[in-house]
Amino acid sequence: MVKFKNIASLVIVSACFLTTQGLASVAGAELESADIDLSNINSLQRGAANFMNYCSGCHSAKYVRYNTIGKDLGLSEEMLIDNLMFNAERTFETIQASMPSDDAAQWYGTAPPDLSLMARAKGADYIFNFLKGFYVEAESPTGVDNIVLPGTSMPHVLWGLQGYQSAHIENHENDDGSVTTTFEGFEQMTPGMMDSGDYDKFVRDTVNFLAYIAEPIRGFRVVLGKWVIMYLFFFLIIAMMLKKQIWKDVK
Amino acid sequence: MARIEAEVGKSKGGFMKWIDDRFPFTETMRYHVTEYYASKNFNFWYVFGVLAFVVLFIQLFTGIFLTMNYKPSAAEAFSSVEYIMRDVEWGWLIRYMHSTGSSFFFIVVYLHMFRAMLYGSYKKPRELIWIIGMLIFIVLMAEAFAGYLLPWGQMSYWGAQVIISLFGSIPWVGDALVEIIRGDYSISDITLNRFFALHVIALPLALIGLIFVHIVALHEVGSNNPDGIEIKNNKGADGVPLDGVAFHPYHTSKDLVAIIIFLIIFCSVVFFAPDMGGYFLEHANFEPANLTATPEHIAPVWYFTPFYAILRAVPDKLWGFILFGLSVVIPLFLPWLDRSRVKSIRYRGWIYKSALSMFVVTFLVLGWLGTMPADPLYVLAARVFSVIYFAFFILMPYYTTIDKTKPVPDRVVYHG
Repeated sequence: MVKFKNIASLVIVSACFLTTQGLASVAGAELESADIDLSNINSLQRGAANFMNYCSGCHSAKYVRYNTIGKDLGLSEEMLIDNLMFNAERTFETIQASMPSDDAAQWYGTAPPDLSLMARAKGADYIFNFLKGFYVEAESPTGVDNIVLPGTSMPHVLWGLQGYQSAHIENHENDDGSVTTTFEGFEQMTPGMMDSGDYDKFVRDTVNFLAYIAEPIRGFRVVLGKWVIMYLFFFLIIAMMLKKQIWKDVK
Repeated sequence: MARIEAEVGKSKGGFMKWIDDRFPFTETMRYHVTEYYASKNFNFWYVFGVLAFVVLFIQLFTGIFLTMNYKPSAAEAFSSVEYIMRDVEWGWLIRYMHSTGSSFFFIVVYLHMFRAMLYGSYKKPRELIWIIGMLIFIVLMAEAFAGYLLPWGQMSYWGAQVIISLFGSIPWVGDALVEIIRGDYSISDITLNRFFALHVIALPLALIGLIFVHIVALHEVGSNNPDGIEIKNNKGADGVPLDGVAFHPYHTSKDLVAIIIFLIIFCSVVFFAPDMGGYFLEHANFEPANLTATPEHIAPVWYFTPFYAILRAVPDKLWGFILFGLSVVIPLFLPWLDRSRVKSIRYRGWIYKSALSMFVVTFLVLGWLGTMPADPLYVLAARVFSVIYFAFFILMPYYTTIDKTKPVPDRVVYHG
């Protein structure tokens, strides 16, 4: 009982005093815009390939069905089976990670999160900067840390593409003795297969795909919405005429 | 005339006579619809009652279909919501309508309540309508709070954790009360189940019952109007108020226009911005409830934030809870706090006009502060505005007495 009371008061305390952290832990690291375009089918297709090749080994997208992707991205059943479905048999299946999550939890300390809704939970910009934000940190078990999510247990999966970079992080001592940490920028240490422009494009396509799977209905919803609003405006004109007619004798 | 009076409100023959001999259908329709007279000078502010009805209907209708596919269990709730969003035919529309509807319910109800404050609709003889309305508002808050736990996201879980734990600050019975609400030692599957029961059965029943009584009471005394004049004091030879027009077809045709304009705004949110930038659907709620990871910043949904800001403004937990409760309940006493001789703001003096304007600003600022992290500066601001919030009510008997009022005309102002 005492324990739960403590949790409750902890919650209150944290609710009252926690400031918006996330990024703010290192000043200077503002989120760069991911600049994604959900109407760009080619980008989404490339993103789907990137996701299946680099993410789905560890991360599931357990609410997303292959046939939904096929329908929305203009991919035939054969194309899905040949190019995207590495561990699934039927197109109505959802995207499961190849790595069992219990093992993953043991190996990495935490199970890789499901990515179905990550873009809605964290925002596309966050993921874009996260995937670009790995830097060499000798003391970390994975050899890298992340400027967006310090202490992440995710290794730099895309190091072969991006190469390794180091981060310039400076500590300034303020007059009152507190320390302000600022992020000055990255410096490329070893080259990857891609230059920074291509890597940005790779990450942008991947994030675009993540934003798409977070809400596959989005495209249809916006199209339908325009028709609904047009219908309502038409109905509004009729209703206003009706009102005018009925009220014409009221003096 | 004489023959009609012999059979008041009954059809003279055919099927309707058969019905009316057994059920007062025609009589009820006349009393509440075709011969319910309300002032012809209703303005913009008078549409929010009927709009609240529209939102209620949307919530009940979409709620039924959501219930058909939702699973109230800690293991399945989050997934079943995503199942509705992705796999159920039109499930995304039903869910967005319901989630948008909850925010719009509060927008409409807040404006409806503000209308009452503008035109003194809570004053004699409408005190009971106001009190029932306040009870509706409190039940609505409980309904929204219970419903917010159901998606079982991070904010559902931790928001409920924060609010429920407030009851623990009550001396003696606090801990026991918290256990009764949760049904467990922490928020769990059991809590989710009982919140589901409250959200889909108990509270909607209470809501509908109270709304029924709200309208019966309204139709007994008649609607107020922007001039705050009792139209029943000026009746024609036929017994119909000279300034009144029948609810149907006059007010219904006007309300239809308002309903469509409302639907245009409502659908714009549903189709183009269902998250409303994280205010209607909070970002953290797209992560499933995680008992071991507190979100960085816990903020209730926007419609609770004015009261939440008051809660946080108080350094002591118990007193914070008391003032939080008081801030919700205190408008209930408006009929007796307001000592002005006139109802409508049109005939009130500058003091009440300034006080009400200040109150509106205070409410909005508190709402904004409630969404912000509790930095010292924000907490200080919340304290200042909390004092203004309560001062508006507590000082009201004084400033409405000394406020100079203008003479009220005999008949309503209507420009056709």
